Amino acid sequence: MITIPYLTAVSTYFSYGLLFAFGQLRDYSRRIFDWWSTNNLHGYAPICLAHEDFYIRRLYHRIQDCFGRPISSAPDAWVDVVERFSNDNNKTLKRTTKSTRCLNLGSYNYLGFGSYDEYCTPLVIDSLKKFSPSTCSSRVDAGTTSVHAELEECVAKYVGKPAAIVTGMGYATNSAIIPVLIGKVCFCCYLSCGDVTPKTYVLQGGLIISDSLNHTSIVNGARGSGATIRVFQHNTPAHLERVLKEQIAEGQPRTHRPWKKIMVVVEGIYSMEGEICQLPEIVSICKKYKAYVYLDEAHSIGAIGKTGRGVCELLGVDTADVDIMMGTFTKSFGSCGGYIAGSKDLIQYLKYQCPAHLYATSISTPSAQQIISAVKVILGEDGSNRGAQKLARIRENSNFFRAELQKMGFEVLGDNDSPVMPIMLYNPAKIPAFSRECLRENVAVVVVGFPATPLLLARARICISASHSREDLIKALQVISKAGDLTGIKYFPAAPKKQEEVKDTIKLD
Amino acid sequence: MLRQLELSCSVSTMFSTIPCFCKRGDIIVADEGVHWGIQNGLQLSRRTIVYFKHNDMDSLRSTLEKIMTKNKRSKNLRRYIVAEAVYQNSGQIAPLDEIVKLKEKYRFRVILDESNSLGVLGRSGRGLSEHHGVPIEKIDVVTAAMGHALATEGGFCTGNARIIDYQRLSSSGYVFSASLPPYLASAAITAIDVIDQNPELLVKMKQNIALLWKGLSDIKGMSLASNHESPIVFLKLEKSSGSTKEDLLLLEKMADRALKEDSLLVVSSKKSFLDKCRLLVGIKLFVSAGHSDTDLIKASESLKRLASELLLSPNLFFLFITSYVFFFNLLSYFIILDDHVA
Repeated sequence: MITIPYLTAVSTYFSYGLLFAFGQLRDYSRRIFDWWSTNNLHGYAPICLAHEDFYIRRLYHRIQDCFGRPISSAPDAWVDVVERFSNDNNKTLKRTTKSTRCLNLGSYNYLGFGSYDEYCTPLVIDSLKKFSPSTCSSRVDAGTTSVHAELEECVAKYVGKPAAIVTGMGYATNSAIIPVLIGKVCFCCYLSCGDVTPKTYVLQGGLIISDSLNHTSIVNGARGSGATIRVFQHNTPAHLERVLKEQIAEGQPRTHRPWKKIMVVVEGIYSMEGEICQLPEIVSICKKYKAYVYLDEAHSIGAIGKTGRGVCELLGVDTADVDIMMGTFTKSFGSCGGYIAGSKDLIQYLKYQCPAHLYATSISTPSAQQIISAVKVILGEDGSNRGAQKLARIRENSNFFRAELQKMGFEVLGDNDSPVMPIMLYNPAKIPAFSRECLRENVAVVVVGFPATPLLLARARICISASHSREDLIKALQVISKAGDLTGIKYFPAAPKKQEEVKDTIKLD
Repeated sequence: MLRQLELSCSVSTMFSTIPCFCKRGDIIVADEGVHWGIQNGLQLSRRTIVYFKHNDMDSLRSTLEKIMTKNKRSKNLRRYIVAEAVYQNSGQIAPLDEIVKLKEKYRFRVILDESNSLGVLGRSGRGLSEHHGVPIEKIDVVTAAMGHALATEGGFCTGNARIIDYQRLSSSGYVFSASLPPYLASAAITAIDVIDQNPELLVKMKQNIALLWKGLSDIKGMSLASNHESPIVFLKLEKSSGSTKEDLLLLEKMADRALKEDSLLVVSSKKSFLDKCRLLVGIKLFVSAGHSDTDLIKASESLKRLASELLLSPNLFFLFITSYVFFFNLLSYFIILDDHVA
């Protein structure tokens, strides 16, 4: 857990208070101004109440230029960031035709598949010419091609499960699949093709126990399912055990009957903290209490583990112990979409009932081909050892960068081997200051504030890639150090200046 | 001024947009035939949802009347009407001019899903508003999936500047998800340019729809349930067996035989248990400007043949009755014979 230093907390609260006060003053004067002008929406309730978009209008718009920066090249180690200007104090931003070449520390391009690849890209272009960008149909209707079938086998084999199902978007994978697996009503499912045996699935009494810092797609999926949701402290197996014991003892709310199905949802790498899940302990607890484990490997698949097979490989957990493994292809594979891997029965059931499979357009065929080729490169099946080199390089780069940042005095979150490195900023004014300072020195970083993180815990999230060279990383460290000095985000150690100069000379030698 | 927000998945467009604008106490009036994406959005918004009969304006009018008169507080609440331009589940087209009249009378806002009407309806393919001659500003939020006429992936949402700016931080499918691959975005831009520069594509498609309607108007055992201008031609069973499962199996058999015997790919309705839509199931035909006249004539002939073979085969119940009567008569004849002999 992140504990904000006392003085920083005071100054952060003060900053937000000041911004809030100024915002309210401007809203008040706007209301007086608007009172004079006519309003043709008489009788309609306002679509956004004043306090709902207050944060957007009065806080976010002031620093809007730090977010949503358009790029005009592939997201490789270096990227072209389009320059923008504003004539109305950042309320609207207009693009120019100029762009700056910047070092890219913001894309989830963990293995470097985000740009032209000598094996993948020609195959993708061939499949684009053969199959066209979209199948214009859902998977069950006319949207399954030979590439989709190959992709599902390939993913299942790679992840280490008997079968897999692929959808067009990672977010929709969680939101559409969790309600199918667990819920609170009984139903009979009608199998729409092939098998004529009607099967009855009872989903009464489902309980979802979710990590407190799980991604919004999981939260939405859990809410949409209608099952009872309980939360356990982030990455704390002891608290998970306590919650499980309590819930099993109490039973369902009101009736106190035993739960029919309990599912524990965790992530492999938490994207805002960079921490790796304590999977072995959580799996042993779930086995003891007979709960299902749902593992979301969005950031960890392809990025950690000896052959990139994710957190199970890294921590030595048998994939048969994890019931449902979910992941996305956006991060390490340079594509789009998500997958669920599990037993053959589970995947067969999902293919009959999952709305993302029945109603949504299937994943674009060239994107599917990119995933297949990327997996082949990672496993070395393309005839080279580039995959193993990439995995070794990302591990080396992440560990080097994290160690150097910590030596400089930054508060960096995350575990060793994790390529996601959030640097804490806290204060709202430091968000744009850090971002703009880095951009001035041609380093593109991503800063994250509310609503993606809690209000007081704003951070800059660095994503390291296998395509970054050692020189790139050293340049990045220099720029970040300079920006850190200017903005005062070197929270450790207490007196960083003198030690910093000495350390810097040692490092650059 | 209208602005636009792009999302990377067609089905997530609606279920990210609706929860942004609906808070506790708000009222949403939705058509009962909306697709799963919209139903999921309505469920996630956790608001009061009232369904009106599918594409029935009288039902909509009475629902709005009831809400506005019974609930005095509802004048200060946000009120929405959610409808699809062309319904995916039935092929009906929403009468937008009447919806807009009702919306202005009762002060509701309209959220319209134009997935199947963009690039199809209207003189230049701009959708339902052009088709009915309604200015686009009268519709508050328009969403669409691009996997249909534009032949790419993803979806978008348009509205005025304030609505779109608000969604940039509160639409979960936009904020917490990766963006669309750039090649799909360029494919969408090029598709829109092609539609703009080639209005004859729309004319050809409308001709194709009319041709298919003419060919299928006398199909036995099934009837056309969609609007005559809709690109989704929906054939429903005239006599349902009473069980959705049995109907689906029959339709699936028909679709399989059409594929094996006549190389015709048609699609039957698919239902997940999460889908609350209770509309009839049927066979869906998606018409394209790329189809030739001979293709469509052949398709109509094939479907008519299969419908007469599969749906008009002797009624099993009728067979049972006739065989029962025959054997009863035979038995009674032998009993009478026995009596005579005895």
